[in-house]
Parts: sequence; structure tokens; C-alpha cells
Amino acid sequence: MPDEGLSPVVRVIAAMLFPFILIFSLYVILHGHLTPGGGFQGGAIGASAVVMLIVAYGARWVESKAGEESVSVLESLGGLMFVVTGLLGFILAATFLSNFLVGEALFGEIPAFGSNPGILNTGGTLPLLNIAVGLKVIGGLASVVLIMALGSRGEAA
Amino acid sequence: MMDWLLTHAPALLIALPLLGAFLTPLIDRISGKARSAFVLVVLAATQLLMMALAWDVFTQGAHIYTMGAADPTATVPAQAAVPVRIVLQVDGMGAFMGLISVTVSLAAAVYSLAFMHRESGQGRFYTLLLLMVVGMLGMEFTGDLFNLFVFLEVLSIASAALIAFRFYHGDAVEGAFKYIVISSLGALMVLLAVALLYGQYNLLNMGALASVLEYTYLDKVALGLLIAAFAMKCGAVPMHMWTPDAYTVAPASITAMLVAASQASLYALFRICFSLYGFTLDLTTVGIIIIALGLLSMFIGVTMALPQKDIKRLMSYHAISQTGYMLLGVGVGLYLLAHADFDTYGIRAMEGGIFHIINHALYKGLLFLTAGAIFYKVGTRNLDEMGGLAHSMKYTTVFFIIGALAIAGIPPLNGFASKLLIYESAYRVSPILSIVAMLVSILTLASFVKVFHSAFMGPRLEGMGDGREVPRSMLVGMGLLTAGIILFGLFPDWVVSNLVHPAAQALADQAAYIAALGGGV
Amino acid sequence: MINNVPFFAVMLLIAIGLYTILFKRNLIKIAMGIVIVEAGVNLFLITLGYREGGLAPIYTHLPSGVEIPGGLVLPVPQALTLTSIVIGVAILALILSFVVRIYRHYETLDSRNIRRLKE
Repeated sequence: MPDEGLSPVVRVIAAMLFPFILIFSLYVILHGHLTPGGGFQGGAIGASAVVMLIVAYGARWVESKAGEESVSVLESLGGLMFVVTGLLGFILAATFLSNFLVGEALFGEIPAFGSNPGILNTGGTLPLLNIAVGLKVIGGLASVVLIMALGSRGEAA
Repeated sequence: MMDWLLTHAPALLIALPLLGAFLTPLIDRISGKARSAFVLVVLAATQLLMMALAWDVFTQGAHIYTMGAADPTATVPAQAAVPVRIVLQVDGMGAFMGLISVTVSLAAAVYSLAFMHRESGQGRFYTLLLLMVVGMLGMEFTGDLFNLFVFLEVLSIASAALIAFRFYHGDAVEGAFKYIVISSLGALMVLLAVALLYGQYNLLNMGALASVLEYTYLDKVALGLLIAAFAMKCGAVPMHMWTPDAYTVAPASITAMLVAASQASLYALFRICFSLYGFTLDLTTVGIIIIALGLLSMFIGVTMALPQKDIKRLMSYHAISQTGYMLLGVGVGLYLLAHADFDTYGIRAMEGGIFHIINHALYKGLLFLTAGAIFYKVGTRNLDEMGGLAHSMKYTTVFFIIGALAIAGIPPLNGFASKLLIYESAYRVSPILSIVAMLVSILTLASFVKVFHSAFMGPRLEGMGDGREVPRSMLVGMGLLTAGIILFGLFPDWVVSNLVHPAAQALADQAAYIAALGGGV
Repeated sequence: MINNVPFFAVMLLIAIGLYTILFKRNLIKIAMGIVIVEAGVNLFLITLGYREGGLAPIYTHLPSGVEIPGGLVLPVPQALTLTSIVIGVAILALILSFVVRIYRHYETLDSRNIRRLKE
């Protein structure tokens, strides 16, 4: 049943693994401009952490801890952050979605051309856009699976 | 200030409804009335900005916007030799289609305030409606092929979710399922064609691609896939099976917006045939294919509409047949593009087809909104069970009469002007085209006389609602579209020379398109 | 010849997917058919970007002596494929929610019996 969850062994291991998977997903989101990954990929990993909890503990338990509403608010905030970053692009600099953080303090270093050891402080607005997309994807995919699991309550076969 | 707004208008027109779509769920938690007011403010601001941009484009010339560049008109970056950034381009045709999309959306949103009043989940309804507006404007303003695919998918997904909005009726979800399966298959064919073109020329920007395109075998395959996919999205026969099901079960205001959405796909079809391929095409063959699609759609649409009993299903078959008129008009223009006769009657045919696009959006939207008003009062869509509604719903009856006369092509309403342009120019290519078109007009009039008689005439019946008119916001929404119909009917010359002619010129002139988008590799 | 194997795989996937959409009756199988066609088109997009002997187009810890950009594969098709995968996920979520709703109303998943909207 999508409702009751699985045995205590599975629950304990899922609870232990959950923070590590979340940290890995945040790592993939934040390093999107340096290594393979980025917003959608990291967001999918984060959503699969939540899905692992839904399978291990049951949809009703997850709903009582972080309800469908707060997940949907997370999704809207992610989308809002993306469009606001784009609009700031043309208020502060030239055009929509232009990179206005190049040379500034936050994410603003300009690395040398060619191979480099992966400096996190580069990229301009790209890490911000990655974070926005990552939040939206975590919220969106987790809420899709949560609502489907809640909705199929009682359909045993 | 005005100049600054107009320079950034193409991106603002897509960003503003998108911002509204992301804010609506948050505002909906606070209060429902705040959410309705917010949606109307966003759509009204989009409408004003669109009208200002359209005025500027029709008088001054095309607008180019490069996202992320230092200067909005610099399409080719300093380090590259080809345009590599995302470019938005608003020329006459794009501005024309943008006006249609935003006006129909505003009328549908005003109408929905009262129509969807009793439903739950209205926050999601308005979010998806704003996402549909983003999808339509994105398809009409884009300058490169992959953006066309992405906004096509945004539009399809938002429309499918809205078609299934009344999920407590089983047939609504069935219609939406058919729609999304066929739609996503079509969009995957578009992606395959884009991949074929990218693999050969390493370019995605439509202007740059148009300047290097040679008509190889793979390009013909890509053209076939693109024409099939976009003709399927507008509801042309023989890929029209999803149209009656999807249009019937959607809420009435969403059906009016689906009409505008299928015209965005029609715009994409014309943009590909005229501006992307242009003179490298085998114009005679492709022109004949589009004319044949148009004839089939006109004839089959109207003959399948005659025996229908469900009022919205009948109107959706008429939508198929009117799409045939647009395909016929612009197909004749494509057929004559390299001919010497293009400047005399080829461009007249294109103007007729393009004028018909805006006329169709107006009167078809109005007819669907009146059908929704009938459903709101009476609770059924079956013509056998209605009667005598003219006694109680006077305004709705008048709106319906105006819509029915417009679709049949009776002067002095707007349907007559565009149909006359199509009849005259199609006659010079072959008399059979005009004869079929006129026959279809007569059959259209016949089926709407049938609907008028069943629904509105006759004695006042029991159980036909509570004898009053529909709420005021629905009347305002319908009145907005009626005002457009009457104005366009009374002043067709002004409309054709100021709105339609620049659009037809922009479509036919491939060299200006390539130069504007910074091609010329 | 060995370099053309991905293109044969693309044709095979699209053919299998189209066959499933057109000829299978179960709604879930139709949804699977769409996913198979989408997988085929994504494979086609990625294969277009391959260059013989190329490395991944990432500057972090790039081995020295690699010519930029000749020794790297093309990065643009990878971005296009990512976008297409995201869209595919959204469509799959939507189709599956529709299938759940249809099952609640019609009690069957056979598309021959789901026909309330006739001529």
C-alpha cells in the first residue's frame, strides 16, 4: 500500500540516508557551472530523497510532516526567483537574463580560459538560476509523487 | 520611459504573464478576490503593452531582442560569427498574432470570473491560463527553432491540464487524454525535424538557417514532419480527430483560448513555409498540398457539423472548417510566391487568409462563450433538450446572432470582408476553389440557423434556468469580442491597410527577415 | 558502419514506440509508447553532438594538451536533450494522472470501452 510504509529495517536505513542524499543533491545543484549537473539534475535527486521517504514511511506520514501546501509554496518561490533574476538583469544591466554579477562580489570572479581546478565563486547569475530551478524541481516532483500516492489510497489491486 | 518600455517589450511581454503565473498560487492563499484582481491587472497590463508594441511595429518596423546581450539589437555576439543567443523577433505578423492572443485571453479571463465561480481550485485555473498566454506569446515572438518547440510544449501541457479541469466528469479527462497523446507525439516530430536541421547546418536561429538552407533530401523530410505536426495542432483534416473531443469538454472560456492556441500553431506553420524555407521550396507542390489540406478541412468540417446534437461539438467542427479557409488563402499565396502574379492577387489571397485569422478568433471565441452561457443557465449542451431561451436571455441571443452572421459571411460584419478577399483571389487560380468555399459558407449558415432555431426560438419551456440573464462579467467578456467584430466589419479597409497588409508583407519578405535576425553567414 | 549504430537504434525505438501508440489498447501501454518515442528522439539529439575521440566539454580539471574546442564533443545538443527530458517528465506526470482519473470513472483501462465521446 502506498499508505503504511515498509518494515522498521527499511525505515531506519531510509532515515539515515535521507540527509546525505539531500546534501548530494544540493552539491549537484550548486556546482552546476563547474561539473555535470545543475538545476534539474540536482532537483531530481532531491525529489527522489523525498520519494524514498514516501515509500519507506507511507504517504500519510510525509503529508503530516511537510504537507502538500508547503511543497507547493517551495515550487512557486523557485519559479519566482528565476523570473526576478531575469528581470533584475534588465533593470540593473542591459537586457533580460543578462549576467549582471560578472565582476561583482557574489559569484563574480572571472577565471582564466581553459582548464582550471573548478573555482566556485565564478559564473555570475548562473548559480542563482540553478538554485531557483533546483528548488522548483524538488518542490514540483515531490508534490507530484506525494499527491499521486495520497490519491491512490484504497486502490489495492 | 516609453522608449525604454518599447525596446524591452518583447521580453517583458513574456516575463510579465510568467511572473503573474508564479505569483498567483501564493496570492491565492491570501484571498480569492485578490487573486482575481491580480490576474486581471496582469492581463490588462499585457494588453496595453501589446497594443503599444503593435502600433510601433506597424509604423516603424520590426523589433529585435537578444536575451543576455549588452545591446538588445546585437544578435551576433562579439566572439562569434553566427547568432548564438536566444533572439526574440516581433515583425508585422508576430505583432498581429500577439494582438489576437492577448485580446482573446483577456476576454476569456473576464468571462471566467463568473463562469468558474462555483468551481474549486480556481487558483490553479488562473495560473494555467496565464501559462497558456506565455506559451502563445512565446511561439509568436521567437526567432529560433528550439524555442518554438519549448513554447509549443508549454502551451500543450497547460491546455491539456485546463481541458481536464472538470475532472469529475469522465468525458473531460478522456478528451484531455486524447489531446495530450496526439499533441506530444506531434511535438516530438517537431523536435525530430529541428534535430535534423541542426545536425546538417549547426544553426538554430531561423534567420541564419534560412540563409544557408539548401533543399536536400533531409530538409524535405524535416519539412514534411513540420507541416504534418503543425497542421495536426491546428486541427486540419486528416489529423483533426482530437478537435471535437477536446473543444467540447473544456470549460467554455478555455475553448475560446484553445482556438487562439491553434492559431498560434497556424502562425508557426506559415513562418516555417515562408520565412524558413522561402524560395528554396518547391513552391508549386507545397502550395498545392496546403491548398488541398484547406479544401478538405473546409468541406469535411462543415459536413460533419450538420448532424451534431451537442452545441459545442457542432461549433468545434465549424472551427475545423474555418481553419480550412485560412489554409486556402495563405496556400494560394504560397503557390504564387515566385509567380509574376504575386503582387496583384497572390498577396490579396494572403491578406484574406491572415484577416480571416483575426476574424475567426473573434467570432468563434464569441460563439463558444455564448454556448458556455447557455450551459451555465441550462446545464445541458444537447440541442434536443433546449428551447425558447430568447425570452429570458436577450443579450446572449443578440451576441449569438451577431456571431452566427459573422461566421456565415454576411455583410456588414467582418466575416464577409475576409471571405470576399479569399473568394476573389482563389478564383483566379482555379474556379473550383471559390465554388467549394462559397458552398461551405452556405452550409455554415444552414447549421447555425438550425442551432438558433433549436436553442433560442420557440415557446418558453419549463426547467430552462431561472429566467434571468447571465452574470455581468460574462456579458462584458462577450461584449469585448462583439465590439471587435462590429468594428472590423464596418471599417475593413482601415484594418486591411494598417494591420493585415504589414503582416502579409512581413511574411512574404524573406530577405528582410534574414537581415533583421542577423543572418548572412 | 559502426558509427551508424546509434542511428539504427533511433529508428528502431521510434518504430517500436509508434507501433505501441497506434496498436495497443491498454492506456498505460500508450503512455509507455510515448516515452519510448521520446527516448528515441533524445538519443538522436545526443548522437548528433559526438565527435570522434572527443572529451566531455567541461573545463574543470581538463587534461592538458587537449585542443579547445576541436577535441571536445559539442555541448549544445546536450542542453537541448536536457530540456527535452524535462518536458518529457512533465508530460508523463500529466498522462499518468489522467489515466488514474479515467480508471476511477470508467472502471477499465481498455481504450475500446472508453468511448463516451462518440461521433
